Amino acid sequence: MKDNIQALNDIFQARIDNGESIEPKDWMPEKYRKTHIRQISQHAHSEIVGMLPEGNWISRAPSLRRKVALLAKVQDEAGHGLYLYSAAETLGISRDELFDQLHTGKAKYSSIFNYPTVSWADMGAVGWLVDGAAIINQVMLTRTSFGPYARAMVKICKEESFHQRQGFEIMLTLTNGTEVQKQMAQDSLNRWWWPSLMMFGPPDAESTHTEQSMKWKIKRKTNDELRQQFIDITAPQAEFLGLTIPDPDLKWNEETKHYDFGAIDWDEFWQVVKGFGPCNKERIDARVKAWDEGAWVRDAAVAYGEKKIQKSKVA
Amino acid sequence: MNNLYTYLLMLGDNSMILGHRLSQLCGHGPNLETDIALTNISLDLYGQVRSYFQYAAKVSGNPANTEDSIAFLRYERQYLNGLLVEQPNTDFAFVILRQALFDIYHLYLLEALESSKDTQIAAIATKSIKEVKYHQRFSSSWVKRLGDGTEISHQKAQYALDTLHPYSFDLLNENAIEADMKEQGIGADLHIIKEKYQDTLKDLMVTSTLTLPDNTFAHKGGKEGVHSEHMGFILSDLQYMQRAYPNMQW
Ligand SMILES: [Fe+2]
Ligand SMILES: [Fe+2]
Repeated sequence: MKDNIQALNDIFQARIDNGESIEPKDWMPEKYRKTHIRQISQHAHSEIVGMLPEGNWISRAPSLRRKVALLAKVQDEAGHGLYLYSAAETLGISRDELFDQLHTGKAKYSSIFNYPTVSWADMGAVGWLVDGAAIINQVMLTRTSFGPYARAMVKICKEESFHQRQGFEIMLTLTNGTEVQKQMAQDSLNRWWWPSLMMFGPPDAESTHTEQSMKWKIKRKTNDELRQQFIDITAPQAEFLGLTIPDPDLKWNEETKHYDFGAIDWDEFWQVVKGFGPCNKERIDARVKAWDEGAWVRDAAVAYGEKKIQKSKVA
Repeated sequence: MNNLYTYLLMLGDNSMILGHRLSQLCGHGPNLETDIALTNISLDLYGQVRSYFQYAAKVSGNPANTEDSIAFLRYERQYLNGLLVEQPNTDFAFVILRQALFDIYHLYLLEALESSKDTQIAAIATKSIKEVKYHQRFSSSWVKRLGDGTEISHQKAQYALDTLHPYSFDLLNENAIEADMKEQGIGADLHIIKEKYQDTLKDLMVTSTLTLPDNTFAHKGGKEGVHSEHMGFILSDLQYMQRAYPNMQW
């Protein structure tokens, strides 16, 4: 028996090494299934919790054009959530169970969404930095081994890069604007820079999942490599905007051909992960409230559907 | 101010204020599918707002006017939407009933405006009809689900209907501007629309097992710029950036 499973495992790993895609009906190790449910649902939760900080500014958007763009963006995130929940469901878990895990705090979501959006410039910074960091993580996932996840990522990545450009364009408009707009943009970068770097997760030395994730192609680069890639892309963009990244140690290193940067406050990271960020409670409360208040609506839809079936049987 | 400009404000304000109400729900729907659908409706309505206000800016006679100055920089008494669309998102039943009442009116209105002598209005109507047909399908299908779903959903839907129904007449009763626009062949004839509206609404309520209130008492004032107490709060939200940071590009 044990040998059998070992053999299946070997075949499975060989398929992945071969670049084959794993489909929901294929045999897979239990650990692979569990890891994917965890990662995909965590990703789905991040999309829908991520709707909240940006949703916060829809009603106050400063122009009709910006309002429509922001509404459409937040709606895209809902769509991303939908694709990803569907991908997770193919692994044999229901959407209700997944929501329950989010609502009870059993499942995590990206910590970045536990920071508040306090100015219009945050709509720029979130698009530019947060969607920008998400793309770097996600492009890697378009070639991950689990088929439904990889395919969802292809679709999602296209929209994320649109969001990133839109966010950058908001920042550019602000930095080309009045003094007060420039200050708004700088203040926003000051607040979002470090949390964005934390989006790539703890440093490699402390990261527990990396090796197994590499074997399954959930990851192709380490947290630190991805973080460096993000900084190398973003630092020149900040310069182009005429904004100052809030890190006195940030500078181009001619030898390594990368930017050097200062120490990240990992205490803050862990504090937010453990539930004590500025908005952790508000975010979960908002999700729970929407779900609980929607219960009678979902019940009504089910009851109505059943009545229709009954009626069509009688007729 | 010319009547065409005022008429365009009435058209655009309905879409904008309802679009605003729906946009407040983004991220808070009862499930992801309805969340996405309501946001879609909001997006369609805002698209219409932009068409109406871009045109209104042109016909206003004031070269400083833009879609944004019209949308964000009027005083409360200058907003001319009907009272129905500013009613709050009390619960999902209110959201759906408000939408259903508006959609029935809106679709008949746009069908009439498609043959407006004003080619710009006719073009906007033609484009919007496709969207609003979908809105009406969505809202009336949900009225049926809620009305004929569970006992609780039935009660909530009936309560929302009883509360909102008196606000709907405001949209349907012709005022002097609308009468003038109708006579010029630009605007719709609300008398015809009102009749169709009442028939369609009656049918929908029967299939949804809901009871239309006998009481035909009608709140009025929205189209004259006299709003409910909710309106000031809507505008403080809507206008916040433009008022706090005047004369800037975004
Ligand atoms: Fe997304
Ligand atoms: Fe995004």
